[in-house]
Amino acid sequence: MEPQTRFEETVMAHLDAAYNLARWLARNERDAEDVVQEACLRAFRFYASFHGGNARAWLLAIVRNTYYTWLEKNRAQMQNVEFTDDTVAAVDYDMATTADSVERLLQEDDTRQLVRRALEMIPAEFREVIVLRELEDLSYREIAQVADIPLGTVMSRLSRARKLMLKALKELDQDS
Amino acid sequence: MDMDCTQTRNYMHAHLDRELDPVTAAGIEAHMRNCAACAQAYATQTALRNAVKKQAAYFTAPAALAARVRATAGAAGNYPGAKKARRWSWLPLAAAVAATVVIMWTASVQFESGMRDERIVEQVIAGHARSVLTNHLVEVASSDQHTVKPWLSSKLDFSPPANDLTGKGFPLVGARLDYVNSRPVAALVYRHRQHVINLFVWPDGKDASTTAPRSSAKQGYNLLHWDKAGMTFWAISDLNPEDIKTFAETYASAK
Repeated sequence: MEPQTRFEETVMAHLDAAYNLARWLARNERDAEDVVQEACLRAFRFYASFHGGNARAWLLAIVRNTYYTWLEKNRAQMQNVEFTDDTVAAVDYDMATTADSVERLLQEDDTRQLVRRALEMIPAEFREVIVLRELEDLSYREIAQVADIPLGTVMSRLSRARKLMLKALKELDQDS
Repeated sequence: MDMDCTQTRNYMHAHLDRELDPVTAAGIEAHMRNCAACAQAYATQTALRNAVKKQAAYFTAPAALAARVRATAGAAGNYPGAKKARRWSWLPLAAAVAATVVIMWTASVQFESGMRDERIVEQVIAGHARSVLTNHLVEVASSDQHTVKPWLSSKLDFSPPANDLTGKGFPLVGARLDYVNSRPVAALVYRHRQHVINLFVWPDGKDASTTAPRSSAKQGYNLLHWDKAGMTFWAISDLNPEDIKTFAETYASAK
């Protein structure tokens, strides 16, 4: 197969997935585009070591890695408002008691803005597993590879991510 | 399988994501039929999942980005497959990190065929995945072989070697019983860095034949199978094949 064709099939075919992950991680268009462009260049350069398997997940792993490298470089200028670890640790309330209000919230027609803000509020390590699971429909096995965590951590990470989402939704609802 | 509320809450997310084996999934369903609180919690999680799937935007790449990427790839001088000496010329550290990711990835998808018993492989994978996913690794947690070995021989009609290999980088976590090939088997659990290794052992019913380890890969797991002194051994992990091989050699040579 022509190298150019292979690049098209392995990398360019998954450009939307790459951009979607970068966009949710960076939370703005310009940074997402920069991250994707650099990630594609990396994928291009490391292509020789891709020996088959799930090309989309392979590319997403590179996108994620590129994003965190980029974040390190730019951290000084960043003023992100995120939950701290303490907030995360404190989230362990009984879901049954809050279920009614949250479920009513989620059934409303226009929850798009709410869901988006809630997802943007939770820390990146939790945001990314939600995106990989719900939007990319990756299996736990694939999420473990993309997010570079042990398989046994995927379920607990998702579980905490979802609890944080519920908490964020509730807070946003109270603020409005 | 009887499940209590704690177990149900723990496995709920894997159930929602269709990652559980049928037995555990049925256990959750059965529990939720009789427990309104757990059923309510599951309904909330389902509502959240549906809302995110339906309402969270899937951002598609702008057309200009595709053009930019193609232009950059073209400007880099060559398409993948052609090798040039420029690959380390920028961002050396970042590139090294990305390379590590790629290498680990490659190792995990390599496929080596030669499976002789697909059914056992399926069961070994299911046993491993269930233990890791549900965090039910061991029933006797000890790195002391003088605790683990008697516990196993009290439950089974055989007792495999259960040496702690901490000194070699494979600490013994403990053991549990599992069910493979229509019989109860010993599952020894070792760790290597953050990875879990399940070693399933049972008597193979044949004479004391010894076979060389055979490796295989399936569903992203690496397996190694060998027979020794009348016992059959299956090691499985998400470690790369080389580490599994090292583990098997270390285990076999331990006294």
